[in-house]
Amino acid sequence: MAEGIKDKVAIIGMGCTKFGELWNKGAEDLMVESFQECLEDAGIEKKDIEAAWFGVHFEEQSVGKGATSMALALKLPFIPVTRVENFCATGTEALRGACYGVASGACDIALALGVEKLKDTGYGGLPGGQGLLGARNALIMPKITAPGSFAMMATRYFAVYGLSPEDGKKMLARVSAKSHHNGSLNPKAHLRREITVEQVMNAPIIAWPLGLFDCCGVSDGSAAAIVTTAELAKKFRPDPVYIKSLQIALSSGEELMYTKWDGAHVETGLRAGILAYKEAGVKDPRNEISMAEVHDCFSITEAVTMEDLQFSPRGKVKEDIEAGRFDLNGEQPIQPDGGLKCFGHPIGASGLRMMYEMYKQLQGKAQLPERQLKNPRLGLTHNMGGFPAMNIVSVAIVGL
Amino acid sequence: MVGIKSYGAYIPRYRISHNTIFTAIGFLGSFPPPGENAVANHDEDTLSMAVAAGMDCLSNIKREELGGLFLATTSQPYMLRQNSALVAAALDLPSNIRTSDFLGSTKSGTSALLSAFDAVNSGTSNVLVCASDCRVSKPGSPQEPLYGDGAAALLTGSQDLIATLEGFYSVSYDFPDRWRAATEKFEHSWEDRFIRDEGYTKMLPEAISGLLKKYNLAIADFATIAFPDLYPREHAAIIKRLGAEPRQLPTSLVDKVGDTGSASPLMMLVEVLEKAKPGDKILVASFGNGSDAMFLQVTENIKNLPGHRGVSKNLETKKELASYEKYLAFRNLAPMDLGMRGEVDFRTPMSTLFRERETVLALCGSKCKKCGTPQYPRQRICVNPDCGAVDQMEGYRFSDRKGVLFTYTGDNLAASIDPPAIYGFVDFNGGGRFWFDLTDCDLESIKVGMPVEMTFRRRYVDEGHGVYGYSWKAMPVRA
Repeated sequence: MAEGIKDKVAIIGMGCTKFGELWNKGAEDLMVESFQECLEDAGIEKKDIEAAWFGVHFEEQSVGKGATSMALALKLPFIPVTRVENFCATGTEALRGACYGVASGACDIALALGVEKLKDTGYGGLPGGQGLLGARNALIMPKITAPGSFAMMATRYFAVYGLSPEDGKKMLARVSAKSHHNGSLNPKAHLRREITVEQVMNAPIIAWPLGLFDCCGVSDGSAAAIVTTAELAKKFRPDPVYIKSLQIALSSGEELMYTKWDGAHVETGLRAGILAYKEAGVKDPRNEISMAEVHDCFSITEAVTMEDLQFSPRGKVKEDIEAGRFDLNGEQPIQPDGGLKCFGHPIGASGLRMMYEMYKQLQGKAQLPERQLKNPRLGLTHNMGGFPAMNIVSVAIVGL
Repeated sequence: MVGIKSYGAYIPRYRISHNTIFTAIGFLGSFPPPGENAVANHDEDTLSMAVAAGMDCLSNIKREELGGLFLATTSQPYMLRQNSALVAAALDLPSNIRTSDFLGSTKSGTSALLSAFDAVNSGTSNVLVCASDCRVSKPGSPQEPLYGDGAAALLTGSQDLIATLEGFYSVSYDFPDRWRAATEKFEHSWEDRFIRDEGYTKMLPEAISGLLKKYNLAIADFATIAFPDLYPREHAAIIKRLGAEPRQLPTSLVDKVGDTGSASPLMMLVEVLEKAKPGDKILVASFGNGSDAMFLQVTENIKNLPGHRGVSKNLETKKELASYEKYLAFRNLAPMDLGMRGEVDFRTPMSTLFRERETVLALCGSKCKKCGTPQYPRQRICVNPDCGAVDQMEGYRFSDRKGVLFTYTGDNLAASIDPPAIYGFVDFNGGGRFWFDLTDCDLESIKVGMPVEMTFRRRYVDEGHGVYGYSWKAMPVRA
């Protein structure tokens, strides 16, 4: 039985660009920015990097296929560079590649970098296209969008737990209002305006029951990490952040085509969480995980994720949301950096952006004192790609 | 002996009042007669309606008992690619059948039916006749307030007949009342008085009288005399001239559905059969480049025919389309901006479509022979996590299964002619789950857990490549 990678790999440097509608920056500009910050933070030179993993989802939108775009943009000196793609979990996949590379002994220092240039489509929301799920699906699937697919989970959650649309939307509005507060404190976040619960509830409907402020930002950005072995980590810095677990789970088709899934949770989130807690030795996630950046592409996603990750009892997240448990000053802060909701969601970069926040918080280096959490022990990132009925969820746990 | 085994019909959910059309645009001539027309939704056309009528007709019929499918229409989407073969594929008919398109005249419905009787007479097993018309009229044209959309289906055969064919008489003229060249979108017509006086009031009596004479029948012998009542006054005059009584006339559909072209006489026949008693003699005739008249006699079997929606139930379930602008948008007569999201280029992969024709057009998935789990689309490895059997599948058709709405949304971001785009998950009765577009419903009226049924619809039109794409959607069960 494999023992996993707990405490075998450490992050010694990270970088993250400001996210947003960066009309003046291309994917290559963003890659250079996150990479240079990362390199400087790690205190190493480019020649020290032995292998790299590159994450981008909508390659047609920006860099094209393969990994050459990153190798060329960063002028990586003929090292192995691998492109990974797994829907919105792409950024975490890049990190996983780098961590496994180091853990396997294949290299001592590896780079993970994710980027997405979304704002070159000419329209709002994520790029569509009927080829997203292959030729057969293009001929039979509804013309589903990201908000629509998650809206169906909200509809289902309200039905399963007997919430009126009003009560359900109010619960979700609190999720978004909290993230807007956190985002307003973060200089690198895309959306930096505080909003009220009433504003969220009265916003135009995007996909019933989700309104505009239930949806995350569609942003450009890049984030990067440099990892090394646990043995070498302290040579580079006094406060490396150690990988406690790095797990990923994919749908089997059971949710979409079999009638067991209740539609009010994300099965892969539950499964990846269980695997991650086992690898990290976490017994009581509600009390042991100090903080988390979860995949709040939509307010409902964050709400069900609190239950999937066992932060809240099943069907009871509303009570925790209303009690302020997940607020910046709550018992278990969620999305301290503003989350996908406000920091933004350049697909390929998001998993690494989440880790950037955990890394900085653990090191006590959140940019502003009002953002800094007190003595966090374990941070968790949860990165989801796809639709609630067929997706990828990664869960990573890190600590000092 | 040949005759009819089963019947079905389809009328779209939307109705537009003649007054709505008149108020919006007006047209030459007088104020339209009161009434409303059935209007195909934006995702409906001739073929989708033909399939709906066919599904109604075949609701208790095994598909392998069919030997043919004839489609009659004047508004076929494809000039090249057999429309009847596409309808047969959607109805999951076997491949060892005859298919034929009967086109070019509003007489084509009765022509197809007579040809089906001939085919059965010469040894072909049961032939399904679908007559369907979804004619797009030029805005402001005289046809616009007259034409309605609808379809009928009749299954012909030689055994277990609900009505037998007793006789027929046809007349054919190159009557240039209406015409449309292959390259044109809209039809032309000659003066209405010419159509009425030189065509309608002459050709119908000629065909009907010819039938009576040929078989030595008296008009009083018939329980019902059904032919399109396109001109109410002349219709009554013909009846009077034939010596018939108003009680022999069926329910008029012209003011409730409109003139449904090639489907019209067959829809009338279906409506008559719904109410017919054993022994009833029925006379049905068409109008268009002449006329086909036929004489049918109802048998005792009509009492045992399981319930079909027919015309009557379709008439009862309707929703008014109060907006003429929406009507134009549904018919692609007003250029709609779907946004750049709606302009993403998609080229139909024809070889994928053919390989997956049962998945896409017939809504067939698979059922695990080991654990019995139905699944859509077809899988090689069973989706039941406790089974996982490999290649233990048999074909399983979902199109005629009802289900419940597991969840749904109304999406304003998705490109749609009629936003919001509504879609959701269906849990099929008997097992199986998948996500589908929802149609013929309003966001406010749908609920988690409500019963739904499946409906064959036109998913997209790819004008650049000349492709009409079809697949199945879900809709609230139509009473």
